[in-house]
Amino acid sequence: MNPTARLELRGITKHYPSVVANQAIDLVVQAGEIHAVLGENGAGKSTLMKIIYGVVKPDAGEMLWNGAPLKIQNPAQARQLGIGMVFQHFSLFETLTVTQNIALALEKNTDSQDLSQRIREISERYGLTLEPARLVHSLSVGERQRVEIVRCLLQAPKLLIMDEPTSVLTPQAVRKLFETLRRLSDEGCSILYVSHKLDEIRELCHKATVLRAGQVIGSTDPREKSARELAEMMIGSRLPSFEKRELQNTGDIRLEVKQLSRRADDPFGTPLQAINLQVRSGEIVGIAGVSGNGQQELMTALSGEYLDKSAKQVRGDILLKGKSVLGLAADQRRQQGLRFVPEERLGRGAVPAMSLSLNALLTGYDSGLSPKRFINYHTIHQFAATCIEKFRVKCNSPYSEARSLSGGNVQKFIVGRELMLHPEVLLVAQPTWGVDVGAAVFIRQALLDLRAQGIAILVVSEELDELFEICDRIAVIYQGQLSEAQPVNETNREAIGLLMGGAGFAKQEQAV
Amino acid sequence: MGLDAIVLILVATVAASVPLILAALGELVVEKSGVLNLGVEGMMAVGAIVAFAVAVETQQLSLAALAGALAGALMSLIFAFITLTLMANQVATGLALTLFGTGLSAFLGLKYTSVALDGAKAMTIPILSDIPVLGKLLFSYNGFVYFAVLVFLAISWFLYRSRAGLVLRAIGESPSSAHALGASVIKVRYLAVLFGGAMAGLAGAYLSTAYTPLWAEGMIAGRGWIALALVVFATWRPARVLIGALLFGGVTIAQFHVQGIGIEIPAQFLSMLPYLATILVLVVISRDAGLIRLNAPASLGQPFHKQGH
Repeated sequence: MNPTARLELRGITKHYPSVVANQAIDLVVQAGEIHAVLGENGAGKSTLMKIIYGVVKPDAGEMLWNGAPLKIQNPAQARQLGIGMVFQHFSLFETLTVTQNIALALEKNTDSQDLSQRIREISERYGLTLEPARLVHSLSVGERQRVEIVRCLLQAPKLLIMDEPTSVLTPQAVRKLFETLRRLSDEGCSILYVSHKLDEIRELCHKATVLRAGQVIGSTDPREKSARELAEMMIGSRLPSFEKRELQNTGDIRLEVKQLSRRADDPFGTPLQAINLQVRSGEIVGIAGVSGNGQQELMTALSGEYLDKSAKQVRGDILLKGKSVLGLAADQRRQQGLRFVPEERLGRGAVPAMSLSLNALLTGYDSGLSPKRFINYHTIHQFAATCIEKFRVKCNSPYSEARSLSGGNVQKFIVGRELMLHPEVLLVAQPTWGVDVGAAVFIRQALLDLRAQGIAILVVSEELDELFEICDRIAVIYQGQLSEAQPVNETNREAIGLLMGGAGFAKQEQAV
Repeated sequence: MGLDAIVLILVATVAASVPLILAALGELVVEKSGVLNLGVEGMMAVGAIVAFAVAVETQQLSLAALAGALAGALMSLIFAFITLTLMANQVATGLALTLFGTGLSAFLGLKYTSVALDGAKAMTIPILSDIPVLGKLLFSYNGFVYFAVLVFLAISWFLYRSRAGLVLRAIGESPSSAHALGASVIKVRYLAVLFGGAMAGLAGAYLSTAYTPLWAEGMIAGRGWIALALVVFATWRPARVLIGALLFGGVTIAQFHVQGIGIEIPAQFLSMLPYLATILVLVVISRDAGLIRLNAPASLGQPFHKQGH
């Protein structure tokens, strides 16, 4: 084994005013090693990576690079040393071209012809197809990630940091990414792989360091552990078990979408093309797909946020319990029993600067929370308190501002709020995105309980595992088209993955 | 109307649009970096009085123009310090800057209110200026006009052809991403704001030493606000700013002529026309939401906090 590690961290500590993000972190990465950094949301993974990349300065601790002590002042210095980072939320500029985006990360002024040529070479060598002249906003999420990776590779990195790289990719794209990463590792490049997806880590990584609440819990060889063992290291307790659902008879059609077409929300969005969908009472229908394929447009059309009364821009029909609701606004649809958990928590699901109580009132005002249009603080306070207790929302009190909660806790509150308002049809977008493992199990269980009560549920999610766990039928959305929903026991991840990549969607429909 | 009259109107149009070209292009660079400085009107006012005072005291017009630009830049430095270093709200600070500038210029201008000044003369260029019609149309202006054209060319090149311009646009779109790539967001924004201030100050200097060589309180007459509107309606593109400014100048001059001919329209309505027409036309040409998304700086008006420092 190489005596001097590529990168060594000793006692790295970073405090923020209210939390300790990193406490005395030790980490050793060898040359050519793919090293997983594992932990729940808020465990301090991202902060640690930002410290290594020079975006954030640590309060204490030291870093050794190839055995020599080092202080990284800024990302530019990190890049000069050969540290590259692919961010979870891409740091790309949508209105610039691929070449311009990459040029921005290079130190010197580069001739753009020259650079385009180099981009082509690198992308061919690693199997990352890219067209240098395209504007980034027109690229798919997978392609954007390739831009980020190629941008790092152009600088011949010695250490590549990947922050949750697969959260937005199809299973097939994940496999391609792994090939690229293994190839880099064979060439001697070390990789820090931040993720919470245990199966991927077990497949790809040589070593895993587990973080919990800002501290290193331990290091292990992930290939020798089961996913469950890794998960329990990560959350520090036994994984809550998941009640197996049984197939049940479904009832009447609660939500029906017929030939729904609509324009995109904005020029960078995706128009919907003749979408058909049925959700029956007592079933969960899942919509899989890589983000940006029309999920947002579908959800806003269903919830009533996007409304076109003259029916020029929305064609087709949406039926709620057999009655058309196409011309009805969001609140009118709510009165008919439709409840909605949007993907964006702060801003659409909740008002960040308002208390949880008032946020409960926002969608609950027509369900007894404000009799005679006056606010009854006692009632909404109790409602919020019940929701907080029932859904184990971590917060100080119902008077806490929504923005003071972590993302996962806001989500628990919003899901709880909608569930307590007696939905007949429930739309949920990304139910467990950014929620920790324990809470995710809890939310999924709550959805299954609701299904047992005969509620019709539509779930949009990018997590295939989640969809396969809770859904009765799964459809795939791709470039604004929706595939027919398949019963889960008649399909598999592979088939759904292919659909997510666009295989099997009629091309001629796209031209219309 | 003879050819000479048309040429005169066109020449006057250019003259009327110069302050807008300068101020709006300056503000365009500021906004492209993601900063919204609503203090243009105030910076123009201070630039105007400082340039006028220097011109009266020294009789040196180029020195006066320089002083005007410097005064504008100094005003914008106050804005930059408050919004970029202290991270105060940009809208409120910009409005305060306009109020401050308007008041300060009135105070500084007390003793200059009825002073006469020989304004900037047209530069005659041998041979070129003597060409019939064209010579008058293209080569009969004072230095400010040629400088405005240069500024336009330089900014177009800078924003879309140079690496520094690329960095500036990237910062305007996503300062946190640009920071992660190693760009100095705050420094670039400071420089952009200072440039915008200098341009606004120069625009003011043009008004008080060349366009109408005198000082009167309120002589900026809302041109700073029109410059701000131009930038937005021109969807942050230099060529459209130029077109919008010329249009404004053209309608301004046309309404004088309409008044001169004696058509019975209330004078107040005619004075409204340039503002109305400019906004109307620019709204119509900038209806394309896609173009706006592509050109609007996404981080406009939002303060940038560096993480972890």
